[in-house]
Amino acid sequence: MSGIVAALTHLWNMPYTPLVVWALVKCVVILFAMLTVVSYLIYAERKVAGHMQARTGPNRVGPLGLFQPLADVGKLFFKEEFIPDGANKVVFHVAPILAVVPAIVTFSVIPFGAQSAMVATDVNVGLLVFFALSSLGVYSITLAGWSSNNKYALLGGLRSSAQMISYELAMGLSTLGVLLLAGSLSLVQIVRAQEHMWFVVPQLLGFLIFMTTAFAETNRAPFDLPEAESELVAGFHTEYSSMKFGMFFLGEFANVISICSIAIVLFLGGWNGPWLPESLKFLWFFAKLGILLFFFIWVRWTFPRFRYDQLMHLGWKIMLPLAIANIVATALWVYWRMQS
Amino acid sequence: MTTFLFLAFAALLTGCSLMVVLQRNPVTSALWLVLGFCSLAGIYLLLQAEFLAMVQVIVYAGAIMVLFLFVIMYLNLKHDIEDGLHHHARRIVGWTLGALLVIEGVMLMRRGWALGPTALESPNGVWGNTAAIGRVLFSRYLFPFEVLSILLLVAMVGAILVSRGTRPEGSGR
Amino acid sequence: MSALPAAVPMNWYLALSAIVFTIGVVGVLVRRNALVIFMSIELMLNAANLAFVTFSRFLNTLDGQIFVFFVMTVAAAEVAIGLAIIVNVFRLKETVYVDEVNQLKG
Repeated sequence: MSGIVAALTHLWNMPYTPLVVWALVKCVVILFAMLTVVSYLIYAERKVAGHMQARTGPNRVGPLGLFQPLADVGKLFFKEEFIPDGANKVVFHVAPILAVVPAIVTFSVIPFGAQSAMVATDVNVGLLVFFALSSLGVYSITLAGWSSNNKYALLGGLRSSAQMISYELAMGLSTLGVLLLAGSLSLVQIVRAQEHMWFVVPQLLGFLIFMTTAFAETNRAPFDLPEAESELVAGFHTEYSSMKFGMFFLGEFANVISICSIAIVLFLGGWNGPWLPESLKFLWFFAKLGILLFFFIWVRWTFPRFRYDQLMHLGWKIMLPLAIANIVATALWVYWRMQS
Repeated sequence: MTTFLFLAFAALLTGCSLMVVLQRNPVTSALWLVLGFCSLAGIYLLLQAEFLAMVQVIVYAGAIMVLFLFVIMYLNLKHDIEDGLHHHARRIVGWTLGALLVIEGVMLMRRGWALGPTALESPNGVWGNTAAIGRVLFSRYLFPFEVLSILLLVAMVGAILVSRGTRPEGSGR
Repeated sequence: MSALPAAVPMNWYLALSAIVFTIGVVGVLVRRNALVIFMSIELMLNAANLAFVTFSRFLNTLDGQIFVFFVMTVAAAEVAIGLAIIVNVFRLKETVYVDEVNQLKG
């Protein structure tokens, strides 16, 4: 017993332990906050969709239907969960986890506010962490489609992952312009570089490409063919029920929030904004996040779906060359500015 | 702390590599390999090569292994069949050679187990820093970098040509 | 953030690299499936990458990391073409087992 106490004391006194513990505490807070925000984003989507379609949306459970997410979670918990006959058991169970975890881990590098306490870990390759995690998010869809032992699920899974990896390329390239202007991969440094002018102004093309590829990356809005009900039953999550389906749903919306947060950090000035003191700057971040999330929901219920070949054509033949042209133009401008 | 993390990642990497070789189902092998690459990225972080760690996840775990999985699913490969006397014989030879290599390695390292140059403190903590790598890459190694881009172009064209296969004349594609 | 003191001696990293390399070699020798053999080759490449990064850190130079960058790119190109070849062979021979593709004819 005293050996364990001695070992723990030794661990506590190591130089990096306070940093690690503090980062873990921040991560736990972010986790709980984001899970709540995600469930209320689902509620907001249904309400906004309803009003855009000249109806009310959920309004029965609690005042204005505000307890609807709780009802949804309760329903999903109590549904019967069944696993298809020839499914690969382990992979079938792991795929929903892989849908949620990368999206939520992204929040650990996003700076919500001006102080150092507002970012869980200021990694100096923060932007690359985001791209690494979104690359890992492709696996959940591929594995879900394959492990279901179902033709439609497999096709939906392969289509969706092909779409995601195609648009990942254009997304990464569209952020290189921001990287050239900010001079650092650290998200905190990128936000600080936007104190005078948000990067959306010099990088408007980059911003537009990023937003379009963001829709494709999260399988939303006009790019949601792989999970379109009329085409492929439910795509890769056909065979999933109960809480596993809930995890996919959660993961999709967590992905939306994380991509919106990255868009705000990279292009829309992060927590920069007039009138508020340093300690309250995170309110600007959340205000911009709210507007961008509303924009995501708005686009979903406005545009018709892209056909799959149109989607791939857009990603490879239009987005990619435009992103490369953007990088070349930005690089030339930065070089010209350095010379003069 | 570093020692504990290194041992954890090393055990994970070794375990995953063994599972890649031992699993009968190629999809499961591929998934173990993905996990192995992620643990290798962790080891790169311990070696303070953070840019390489992230590029390892993006390129190897996030792109190359997805390509592998696509091909395995496209070919609809099931369980590997490896019964038969000549297969057993081949496996015994393979594992024996592997064991010999390990014994050789142990013999080489037996005396200098904890030796080797001690790592110097890096100046201003800018070791695996992207800016430092960029500076070296675009000055000393600029020519190999440009040749690499041509290599990627060749690979792209090659992959398309190889997978198109030969078609009879006038097939209209 | 200042540099972490190197608590782990260099030889431990090299030993890990050697072990992973050996497992890759065993994989190439033991398995029949061309795709698994390919994955074992990737294991070997990664073990070599680990050795490069280790030496780069302990000899205080960035050249090792640059070389790893090149190795990763070449590995990506190799995987793309290798998989295309395997798909082509599968179309002709209906198999991915390397011991069944032992005829030059066809």
